Amino acid sequence: MLVSNQQTLDPLMTAQDWMSDGRDVAIATVIETWGSAPRPVGSHLVIDRSGNFEGSVSGGCVEGAVIAEAMEVIESGQPRMLEFGVADETAWQVGLSCGGRIRVYVERLG
Amino acid sequence: MDPFCLKKLNEERRARRAAILLTDIGDGRDRVIRQGDPIAGALGPAVRTAFLSGRSGIADVDGRSFFLNVHLPPPRLVVIGAVHISQALAPMAKVAGYDMEIIDPRTAFATQERFPDVVLHAEWPQDVLEARPLDPYTGVAAVTHDPKIDDPALAAALTSGCFYVGALGSRKTHAKRVERLKLLGLADEQISRISAPIGLDIGAASPAEIAVAIIAEVVKTFRARELQPLQQLDRTA
Repeated sequence: MLVSNQQTLDPLMTAQDWMSDGRDVAIATVIETWGSAPRPVGSHLVIDRSGNFEGSVSGGCVEGAVIAEAMEVIESGQPRMLEFGVADETAWQVGLSCGGRIRVYVERLG
Repeated sequence: MDPFCLKKLNEERRARRAAILLTDIGDGRDRVIRQGDPIAGALGPAVRTAFLSGRSGIADVDGRSFFLNVHLPPPRLVVIGAVHISQALAPMAKVAGYDMEIIDPRTAFATQERFPDVVLHAEWPQDVLEARPLDPYTGVAAVTHDPKIDDPALAAALTSGCFYVGALGSRKTHAKRVERLKLLGLADEQISRISAPIGLDIGAASPAEIAVAIIAEVVKTFRARELQPLQQLDRTA
């Protein structure tokens, strides 16, 4: 059965499609979680240079920040480790309202 | 991520083969490991454990940190019956990440027009399942209401360790089904694994609502299974 990746919403398949189209792509991966984290370890968010994205690393709380970092990773080619915790005005600008903590690895494809 | 690794990983995933993407989070280098690939050194046990448990995570080995992202084949849902409920179930299963196939020997029902984008087998379940055996990564939902079609598939599902076995029909219908399955030589213990009436009790009335109840029950059963001993995952990975 052949189905389009849009239907299956599979970020890694989407990343491969984008790569074939010659688009610059960054892949963000949840590599560690503590407490109640919305998405499990191994979850992906893929982002292209124009800010298109597919997948998720949280329930939508930190995606914006990850996309912004991904732009810089696409530019520099240097992977980054991001950490997000409980939303707190003093310590964090973006955070997880659920009270968990996650570590996200962002790397460029290629 | 190395583009070659992404292609290779996706190729393994499309073929329903277990694979791990191993990333050295110190220098960003990665590689794809297939189950059974020889892994030298201290990383070997971490890789074997990850394949068994299906859990992704970090392994610290010789002062370096590796991230192991485990990709096990997605669960499959085999539906017996190309009926109205199955038409609603097909797109729901796909979005929920299940590979769905339909078996129904009645060629008037099992048409590609009624089921675009679905793998359809217009044959008897026993013939299809002989060529493509069921496994613990597969759930079976029998929804034809016809014992000639449903029963052989249910018997095959119960003897193959399918993670989910559901059958459409009232309690009265199911009581008769239980008697027939006993005559086929199935034990009470096996027969009691059948979810009947099928689906979570959400008061479903329409075919689409019954499909919601079925997919919800399939997801619930598959996730509950993760809490059980993980060794059985190895059998099909």
